[in-house]
Amino acid sequence: MGMIEFRFERCKGCGLCVLACPKELLSVGSVTNRAGYPVAQIDSMEECTGCAICAEMCPDVVITVFK
Amino acid sequence: MKQVFDRPQSLVDVPFHFCPGCHHGIVHRLVGECIDKYGVREEAIGVASVGCSVFLYDYFDADVFEAPHGRGAAVATGVKRARPENFVFTYQGDGDLAAIGTAEIIHAANRGEPITVIFVNNMVFGMTGGQMAPTTMPGQETTTTPFGRDPKTNGFPMKMAELLAGLEGTTFVARAAVNNIKNLMRAKKMLQRAFEAQINDQGFGFVEFLSACPTNWKMTPKQANERVNNEMIPYFPLGIFKGEAN
Amino acid sequence: MGAIEAGCRFYFGYPITPQNDIPEYMSRHLPEVGGTFIQAESEIASINMLLGAAATGARAMTSSSSPGISLKQEGISYLCGSQIPGVIVNMCRSGPGLGGISPSQGDYFQATRGGGHGDYRTIVLAPHSVQEAYGLSMKAFDLADKYRNPVVILGDALLGQMKEPLKKYKYRKKEFKKDWIMTGAKGREKRRLKSLYLADGELTDHNWMLYKKYQRMKREIMFETQFMEDARLVTVAFGSVARILKSAVEMAREKGMKVGLFRPITIYPFPYEALDKISQSVHNFMALELNTGQMIEDVKLAVGHKKNQVDFYGRPPGSIPSPDELFQEVKSVYMKRIG
Repeated sequence: MGMIEFRFERCKGCGLCVLACPKELLSVGSVTNRAGYPVAQIDSMEECTGCAICAEMCPDVVITVFK
Repeated sequence: MKQVFDRPQSLVDVPFHFCPGCHHGIVHRLVGECIDKYGVREEAIGVASVGCSVFLYDYFDADVFEAPHGRGAAVATGVKRARPENFVFTYQGDGDLAAIGTAEIIHAANRGEPITVIFVNNMVFGMTGGQMAPTTMPGQETTTTPFGRDPKTNGFPMKMAELLAGLEGTTFVARAAVNNIKNLMRAKKMLQRAFEAQINDQGFGFVEFLSACPTNWKMTPKQANERVNNEMIPYFPLGIFKGEAN
Repeated sequence: MGAIEAGCRFYFGYPITPQNDIPEYMSRHLPEVGGTFIQAESEIASINMLLGAAATGARAMTSSSSPGISLKQEGISYLCGSQIPGVIVNMCRSGPGLGGISPSQGDYFQATRGGGHGDYRTIVLAPHSVQEAYGLSMKAFDLADKYRNPVVILGDALLGQMKEPLKKYKYRKKEFKKDWIMTGAKGREKRRLKSLYLADGELTDHNWMLYKKYQRMKREIMFETQFMEDARLVTVAFGSVARILKSAVEMAREKGMKVGLFRPITIYPFPYEALDKISQSVHNFMALELNTGQMIEDVKLAVGHKKNQVDFYGRPPGSIPSPDELFQEVKSVYMKRIG
């Protein structure tokens, strides 16, 4: 069982986390932050294992992971 | 639940100015993780270069100061000789280190200065708008090779890791990438080894990080990331060129 | 564009903001005319590549911005010592050190006082528009060949990154005797190019010869004046500041102030005599520049004697003054000195 949190204001919508997630749980949606970037989001938190690969790949340290 | 991933302590909690998908952010974080791991935040003296990584001094909670373009390795030499007890590192791009800074890096490495050099290679001059760099690949279009780099007139890309590994004075020389989790985990180990080379008084440590530059490659972050895998790694092989793995 | 039109076939440079338009243009267009473009490993390498190409008689050019021009100083000193021509473009940015990328006029001393070591000078041309930069680029090559001396074109970040309409024209080719160039001594006496003179008295003679050459360069002095007929205050500025000042002076004239404008185009050799002549009838001058006081020294040298007043408005780079800001400064000096 895992859980991730996003600091949406730091996200630049680069999508590297989306590529990284081994279970393809992430996507870049249509919600934008104040900087105008569309931000990443998790589509089903229940399936998250807390592997933290998304957090490791994020260039902006947006994601924190809990397990 | 407990927290299993958080931002490194030594990374200042401010947004990065880097473009979306730029690998500088990842490498900065890995450096922060190492500074935390070895507890050298208070001993660390960083030397910032000129390029997209010019703002190094804003991102690390440590003493960091500016060097003129390309001169980082010489400046770091001055620091380390004056204060050998400090942990001295440079963070340089491919324009900074491999173009204007070639003499400085070769001689610092040759002297075996016990510093740690983090070299970010994205095959272009990023900050100035995407001109050819010494590591630009043959055929790659840049703003100063509008028809693609021609090795006949512009030479071949320089492989800095191999070049420096050939110098007797170096202790640890490696090339890493951070485009997927497997490479990233390997990169962490290489960076740790480069830190240890200085911490254990062994000598010069150097890690080249292959990086994406979506903006100047005119690609999306996803495409740029794939380019690292499909084009860069075959040309600039990953691995340890000098010194043992840990 | 002007360079290529004037027969420049060799460009050696290095990326630095705000002059990247120059190498990027050259990388695309020089090969089209059979020229050679090299993005060198550093500014030091590129000035030395220029030295090499120019030594063979080729028209060669390099460009950079402030910190990169500092790197080139040794090479420029060598060019002067060996009497090798070349064109060096400086699109000034703010300094010192890494400074910033906004326009500045802080390299005036560096350019006009021979910024490297040794007692040398280079002609320095200061364009204030794209059109002028085009024309002066062509002229620079002629001047460099005429005097066997490097010529500096001093622009700034504003000029380096602006876009304006341009009227191209054909360059009129001038022939220069080049009996000193390195081409291989086949069928003739060998030649040397050097700046080293060790024998007793040799270097003295060499430097006097160079000095006399620099005196002859005074023939090339260029300047522009506006609103001078009945001026009571003459403003002096060069480059982009002069451009902005033109609007400010117009505003002053609209308000009935008798302000004139004097714009040196060659800042070395500086038009001392022309300014001095003006001071026979006008006794109030004002230097305006984007630095904390460089060209003002030349203005004072020209007219700073007892009966003349030389005021100054300068500020470090970081922002560009608006015409209104300059107008306010001119106005306050005018009110103070003339009423």
